[in-house]
Amino acid sequence: MGSLKIENVKKSFGPVEVLKGIDLDVKDGEFVVFVGPSGCGKSTLLRIIAGLEDASSGDVLIDGQRVTNAPPAKRGIAMVFQTYALYPHLNVRDNMALGLKQAGTPAAEIDQRIGASSAMLSLEPYLKRRPAELSGGQRQRVAIGRALVREPKLFLFDEPLSNLDAALRVNTRLEIAQLHNRLKATMVYVTHDQVEAMTLADRIVVLNAGRVEQVGAPMELYNKPANLFVAGFIGSPKMNFIDGARLGETAKTVGVRPEHIAVSDTSGAWKGTVIHAEHLGADTNVFLETEKAGLVTIRLFGEYQTGPGATLYATPDAARTYRFDADGRALG
Amino acid sequence: MSKAATSLPRTIGAHAILLTYTVIALFPVIVIVVNSFKSRAAIFRSPLTPPTAETFDLIGYTTVMAQGDFIQYFQNSLTVTVASLFLVLLFGAMAAFALSEYRFKGNTMMGLYLALGIMIPIRLGTVAILQLMVASGLVNTLTALVLVYTAQGLPLAVFILSEFMKQVSDDLKNAGRIDGLSEYRIFFRLVLPLVRPAMATVAVFTMIPIWNDLWFPLILAPGESTKTVTLGAQVFIGQFVTNWNAVLAALSLAILPVLVLYLFFSRQLIRGITSGAVK
Repeated sequence: MGSLKIENVKKSFGPVEVLKGIDLDVKDGEFVVFVGPSGCGKSTLLRIIAGLEDASSGDVLIDGQRVTNAPPAKRGIAMVFQTYALYPHLNVRDNMALGLKQAGTPAAEIDQRIGASSAMLSLEPYLKRRPAELSGGQRQRVAIGRALVREPKLFLFDEPLSNLDAALRVNTRLEIAQLHNRLKATMVYVTHDQVEAMTLADRIVVLNAGRVEQVGAPMELYNKPANLFVAGFIGSPKMNFIDGARLGETAKTVGVRPEHIAVSDTSGAWKGTVIHAEHLGADTNVFLETEKAGLVTIRLFGEYQTGPGATLYATPDAARTYRFDADGRALG
Repeated sequence: MSKAATSLPRTIGAHAILLTYTVIALFPVIVIVVNSFKSRAAIFRSPLTPPTAETFDLIGYTTVMAQGDFIQYFQNSLTVTVASLFLVLLFGAMAAFALSEYRFKGNTMMGLYLALGIMIPIRLGTVAILQLMVASGLVNTLTALVLVYTAQGLPLAVFILSEFMKQVSDDLKNAGRIDGLSEYRIFFRLVLPLVRPAMATVAVFTMIPIWNDLWFPLILAPGESTKTVTLGAQVFIGQFVTNWNAVLAALSLAILPVLVLYLFFSRQLIRGITSGAVK
């Protein structure tokens, strides 16, 4: 199968530097997710791995081989796109077969591979249909099938779930996770959705403004964010950042996750007034304007009866507060 | 449209305007076709009445068929139009693809340069073109006309098609690249079918001026064997006597092929719009 190594990859479009030197090692069979806000360079990096874009400098190695100057078709990769990108004039079967035909695979083997992957993705009833006759979820499955039949060293996913509705997104996410378990293939997945990143990844690469902010397993990023950006990006609702001086701390900024704050009607560290409460059933999000710490978001599990104007006391879990220095780096 | 958004007076008004325009646009054509079936005296006596049993006369058509080699003229016109159209669409689409797909230095300048021809009439260069054709021995050949018309049609084609090609999904082209398709196959098999409506539009805009042109056939290819229909019809127009029957008959016949081509492209246009989109 395939490992991936990226060595000091830089990319500029004219004067704009999109990637400012990326180094990364992806082990064989690993599921790595690139996550970051839009414009952080994650898609550009994926396109450089695929060979659809040339890096301004640096190298890409797939399975130990330098492929920096190889065309996409010779890199042993397959890619699934956000817009599915199925060939509109070909039926499902031919969509899947085209890449193999192009590579000169014998017809019998093409049939066998298409049979196997269409069974895996339950696409058999649709093999004779054109993309226009399929629903969004089916089209994305065909796109995944087209990647599967190539039996690539490396799977690349470019925001594959962004065009699907919420319910389908959850289903397809599950399918991709199962696919990875079954194939044990190396996968690189780009998304701006941290839920996808957290649920799918073995390791997450958080990108911001062309730089890698942190690389780690999902729980590592959640429990030990290396800096303010990662702390704010991972987790929903977002971590509360409080000016250290207001709390009498030496650190520049103190961070507390909304789920690590306890509330009480009678006593606690920060007294405040409820501005708004979001009742989601499983969770209740309370926005509390406190005297000491300013506006704080609190996530309470289960139903909790409160509303605007109510007075509450909030107490952060001291063991799970984070401290950041003036440059935004995590302390201790 | 919903009932609430329409009112009877408005509908009548809109239809009245459209019908008026249709009548104005079709009137000269109908007069030509109607009169081409009448005798010479009837054309002048009452040009607006349709042919009756006594005024019906096919003399125009028989004259056209007898005089000169009209079949040959038709063939020439058709050859020139179809060949120019093919070259304009092929090269126009290729240039448009390059301009919209590839990043290279001077891309924008190149696009402007190629579009410049829209603003400058090619007839300004007639003398130079004639000298060029004389020097290269292409006078009185259909090749000369095809070359000139290709040059004339390209700017608009590049301009319109590059706008449309920018809208073709990048993901689709990239999927083709990952599957190992060559840039030519990506262009011909993936991109061209998706811009078919634009191609049909360009084809119609390119075809009609070429078919109707009198200027370049008269200057570059006035020989008997290379005459086009519009030029052939001039035989019947004299300084002192004009054979109106024959002129009208020739013009009526000249409408037919271009009408067929137009219908062909407008069907393509509709098919292009309704066929499955990218997503």
